[in-house]
Amino acid sequence: MSALALEGVHKSFGANEVLRGIDLSLEEEEVVCLIGASGSGKSTLLRCVNLLEPLDAGRILLHGEEITRRGVDVNHIRQRIGIVFQAFNLFPHMTVLRNVMLGPREALKLGREEAEARALELLGRFGLADRRDDYPDRLSGGQQQRVAIVRALAMRPQLLLLDEVTSALDPELVGEVLNVIRELAEGGMTMLIATHEMGFAREVASRVCFLDAGLILEEGPPEEIFSHPKEPRTRQFLERIVQAGRL
Amino acid sequence: MASEGDRRPDLEVEARRSRLLGGLSLEAEGARGVAIALLSTALFLTVIVVAISQSPGWPEVHRVFFGWHDITSTFPEIARAFVLNVKIFVVCEVFILVFALLIAVLRSLPGPVFFPLRALAIIYTDLARGVPTILVIALLGFGAPALQLQGVPTSRVFWAGVGLVLIYSGYVAEVYRAGIESVHPSQEAAARSLGLSRAKALRFVILPQAVRRVIPPLLNDFIGLQKDTALVGTLGVIEAFNQSQIDANATFTFGSYLAAAVLFVAITIPLARFTDVLIARDRRRRQASGAFA
Ligand SMILES: Nc1ncnc2c1ncn2[C@@H]1O[C@H](COP(=O)(O)OP(=O)(O)OP(=O)(O)O)[C@@H](O)[C@H]1O
Ligand SMILES: [Mg+2]
Repeated sequence: MSALALEGVHKSFGANEVLRGIDLSLEEEEVVCLIGASGSGKSTLLRCVNLLEPLDAGRILLHGEEITRRGVDVNHIRQRIGIVFQAFNLFPHMTVLRNVMLGPREALKLGREEAEARALELLGRFGLADRRDDYPDRLSGGQQQRVAIVRALAMRPQLLLLDEVTSALDPELVGEVLNVIRELAEGGMTMLIATHEMGFAREVASRVCFLDAGLILEEGPPEEIFSHPKEPRTRQFLERIVQAGRL
Repeated sequence: MASEGDRRPDLEVEARRSRLLGGLSLEAEGARGVAIALLSTALFLTVIVVAISQSPGWPEVHRVFFGWHDITSTFPEIARAFVLNVKIFVVCEVFILVFALLIAVLRSLPGPVFFPLRALAIIYTDLARGVPTILVIALLGFGAPALQLQGVPTSRVFWAGVGLVLIYSGYVAEVYRAGIESVHPSQEAAARSLGLSRAKALRFVILPQAVRRVIPPLLNDFIGLQKDTALVGTLGVIEAFNQSQIDANATFTFGSYLAAAVLFVAITIPLARFTDVLIARDRRRRQASGAFA
């Protein structure tokens, strides 16, 4: 049984049909990278999986359970699916520690001590222990994004969605965030990652999906997609990326 | 989507500082700046005083409004009456802050299911802000006790207070709403993505940020409410304004009005300065932590 399965997912914003029938499945501990031009629907796809956007058609299954059916407890589903955004979206009025503890405390209903222990353990693991009492805006972009990842991990999700988590970072800060993701991949975290970092996708992904105009046009192991793309549009896209110096 | 990480804290802080110099703070200007400020203020005041005291009507105005004896002799009585204004202000404010928040939250409920509640909240705020306060106070203050309903208070002060709460909640709800809407939707998305219910996202993530941002305009409404407690006097209740009117009628001068004005100002000006202090402190705290949202 797949950890995550999307079947014929459609999503429109008004007349703009952003996802036009997405079929995709992830096995347990698999890392799948979504690549594609800006506006191809990567973020929308991730938001749909997290139930932040309702579908127009199709289904999404998490470990065989349909999470898009009517009457599902969305809060409970979201507790099992972590998402990290491009712009971090940390809570600016809370310290790092409180940012990380909020979910475990208020959604998982853990006791203060247990939530704090869990948060501190994760912050320590990712080199953020001495930042626990800082407000987010005191941190560098890389640190903020690592806190955002820790905040998602504190829920012990079965699946982690990452939406271009390095795009808002200065180049010298990208590495520290990628290292965290690399470590998570090695630890067996199931992840669906939208990214413009082709080198990174090539390295961590077990599979790469090329998203074009709301469809997965081509998918396969990274070396295949990056070295021998079949579809002309995939080739075009990768050529543009190479020209931009990102591969 | 603009990324929060792109903003440069140091630039923001600089921009704030230069804005500060346009305000009351003179520290950065040094001793010379203070001297210039004092001199220009003195000059300015002298011009005004000379202009007024040279006007033809001044002696009469001076006698009627500024009779020192009229002011001081009526002051204690008015001050005693003023206690009621302060009480009304404090009690009403508490209810307003809670009630208005409820209305603002109702108005921000999403989806078609909540349409009736949203509509109700909109109608309410429109009415509350559209009807003259004095009318509502008269209607409730005279009307409600006249109903003589069992278990319903008959005190005019009580009903005037209800009127003030109803009116001011309309304004304060709008202030809250502006605050709620100023919090970027991505904050709610982040909270919901953790599995928090909408109510919890509101309580822990959106409202704390929203309320912080609207403290200055909230305090502005406090100041307005403190002034409007004088309207309760129109019901014949003895509060500062009514008392000063009684005194004015007795002495045929308006010195008592000035006494009442001094009392109101004694509350509202500190409130205004307190607003500034809160804003400054919030700014300092954010600068200390390098924060600036
Ligand atoms: N909330 C929304 N309302 C209306 N249109 C939207 C909304 N969110 C996304 N869109 C539209 O959906 C399309 C796909 O957007 P999406 O953000 O999913 O693309 P993306 O692949 O993530 O692009 P990028 O690489 O720039 O992040 C775009 O045309 C965008 O304008
Ligand atoms: Mg995107």
